[in-house]
Amino acid sequence: MIEIVSKDRCVSCDVCIRVCPMNVFDRGADGIPVISRQVDCQSCFLCEAYCPTDALYVAPFDHPVPAGSDQADEQAQIAAGALGSYRAVLGWGRGRRNGSRLDQNHLFGVNGVGGAGGPGSGVRP
Amino acid sequence: MMQTDVLVVGGGPAATWAAESAVTAGARVILVDKGYCGASGAAAASGNNLWYVPPGPKREASIRKKADQAQGLVDQEWMERVVSTTWDRLFDLSDWGYPFPVDDDGIQRRSSLQGPEYLRRMRRRIHRAGVQILDHHPALELLIDADGVVAGAAGIARQDGGRRWEIAAGAVVLATGGCAFLSGTFGTNPDTGDGHLMAAEAGAELSGMEFSTHYGPSAAWGVHTKGRMLQFATLYEADGARIDIPPGGSVRGIAMAREIAGQQVFASLEGVPENLRDMMRYSQPNYFVPLEKAGIDVFRDRYPLRMVYEGTIRGTGGLRVAGPECQTTVPGLFAAGDVATRELITGGISGGGAYNGSWAISSGTFAGRGAARFAAARGLRTAELRPDGRVGLRPERSGTAEPELADELITATQDRILPPALTVRRTGEELLITEKITDGLWQTARAELGGRTDGRDALRDRQAAAMIAHLRWITASALYRRESRSMHRRLDYPELGDQNYRIVVGGLDEIWNRPETGADERLAS
Repeated sequence: MIEIVSKDRCVSCDVCIRVCPMNVFDRGADGIPVISRQVDCQSCFLCEAYCPTDALYVAPFDHPVPAGSDQADEQAQIAAGALGSYRAVLGWGRGRRNGSRLDQNHLFGVNGVGGAGGPGSGVRP
Repeated sequence: MMQTDVLVVGGGPAATWAAESAVTAGARVILVDKGYCGASGAAAASGNNLWYVPPGPKREASIRKKADQAQGLVDQEWMERVVSTTWDRLFDLSDWGYPFPVDDDGIQRRSSLQGPEYLRRMRRRIHRAGVQILDHHPALELLIDADGVVAGAAGIARQDGGRRWEIAAGAVVLATGGCAFLSGTFGTNPDTGDGHLMAAEAGAELSGMEFSTHYGPSAAWGVHTKGRMLQFATLYEADGARIDIPPGGSVRGIAMAREIAGQQVFASLEGVPENLRDMMRYSQPNYFVPLEKAGIDVFRDRYPLRMVYEGTIRGTGGLRVAGPECQTTVPGLFAAGDVATRELITGGISGGGAYNGSWAISSGTFAGRGAARFAAARGLRTAELRPDGRVGLRPERSGTAEPELADELITATQDRILPPALTVRRTGEELLITEKITDGLWQTARAELGGRTDGRDALRDRQAAAMIAHLRWITASALYRRESRSMHRRLDYPELGDQNYRIVVGGLDEIWNRPETGADERLAS
């Protein structure tokens, strides 16, 4: 679930408020988004993907983290390189190459059903 | 009241393909999405493999193979239409600039689409083509004209104080996704079956609702159900003993059996060679990113798994497709993507993997074109439109509900569908209990639920009603199918029986079933 909105990084562009499919954020009085409905967050990471300044962090859990957790600690997550990690792998952002260009799913077919059309499907390491 | 030729409800791939197809056919199109078109739904959050096969012997072989796997219930003609339309439409997507990977021979590999990029492109494409997109505009009900034809929808603008909107339309395409009962599976929480409920209120039929037993593996603490990479996993017991995967067995199968038995199983990708690791990471980023965030290096560490319910999203059932343009059984109403049954191409096996992705593209195309044609032929009616929503919107005893009612109804519904012991291994006895419980939930909802003005509350009430209805159709159909076929398993009827037909279900206050007949099929082809 969403845990961190970095006040230092946020540029009040409102894009997370718009793109969140679960309508988790509201605009705060100071222009910084407020996590108003954390319980509705489905950890899809799309707010992170769209945030132009890597100001958001969505923890990988289905529940809010307990107080004092590293997972809600902005400095700890910046140090871990976690802010913006999804956007980086998608290749979104200036100067990056689209991650989809590196998509090799046709080599990783699922036994039986998936990987249709990929002649190399079913590669096993 | 706003007016348009075609109104598309939903914002995922099927919705955007429908909008694109309708606007290209010359219709004015409005698309309303519960969330944000580009981020809503199961596809945007994840990877999308496609059933993408070139014409010729290879395609014929693929169709034959899939028809065999499906244990009947498929329609060969539909399979051909879906795979050929998907093939054609991916050339369009390439023209629109989707950044496909290119192999060593300079050929684009088009059998997989990365969700965020795919939906961002689709949004851009329909926006440029002139579709009016209204985000955070959940539809709550259909509008019906004096002839009983669907002629629009109404809902709320949830980022505008829950203001009510109404849009009159010459035809409506529902592309609201399946329903995973708010199980949490990432990307699926917007999919609460609202479209199914609206359609059923207008009299639409559903089909294949018993094929709704699919679960996906995620980390025990998480919601990211990604199975593909787990085919390379080594499994361990809680005590560290290695679990052998028998021939013909799968990680998924073992994880499911352990889940039902209440035993934790651990996975690791430690056996994957170095040279494949980066390739895997870029192919399935939302398998790796959440684990990395949790401090797990999957190529070194072991982590506990759980199985999370995926409902009729990676299950198969949905609105019955009653014609080649993805018409529902209600005039003016079309269905595309996971809101529609995918039995025509999958039978009773999961639509996850490659089918749903191709179904979204092709059914969106059929429905969008069909809706544009219907709207052009009939024209727009704006007089005497009747709002058709009932349970969860207009309670019989208004103002009597406690504020917690919707949450309580949702929890009570989830309790009868999310546990795999109830859903993966069905028995007549438990199904009858679920039937009785959900009858009671529906009676309560009918009497008291709805009428709240706050945007989130109003939506939640309606979603609660939608999920109760969804479970009632699932339960009735699972009772009606007295055999085990594909993903539908009955412990009391463990063998494949002679019900080699699709099972139709409908109704709200009274649920009914019937076998689909040859006459239904002839109409549909």
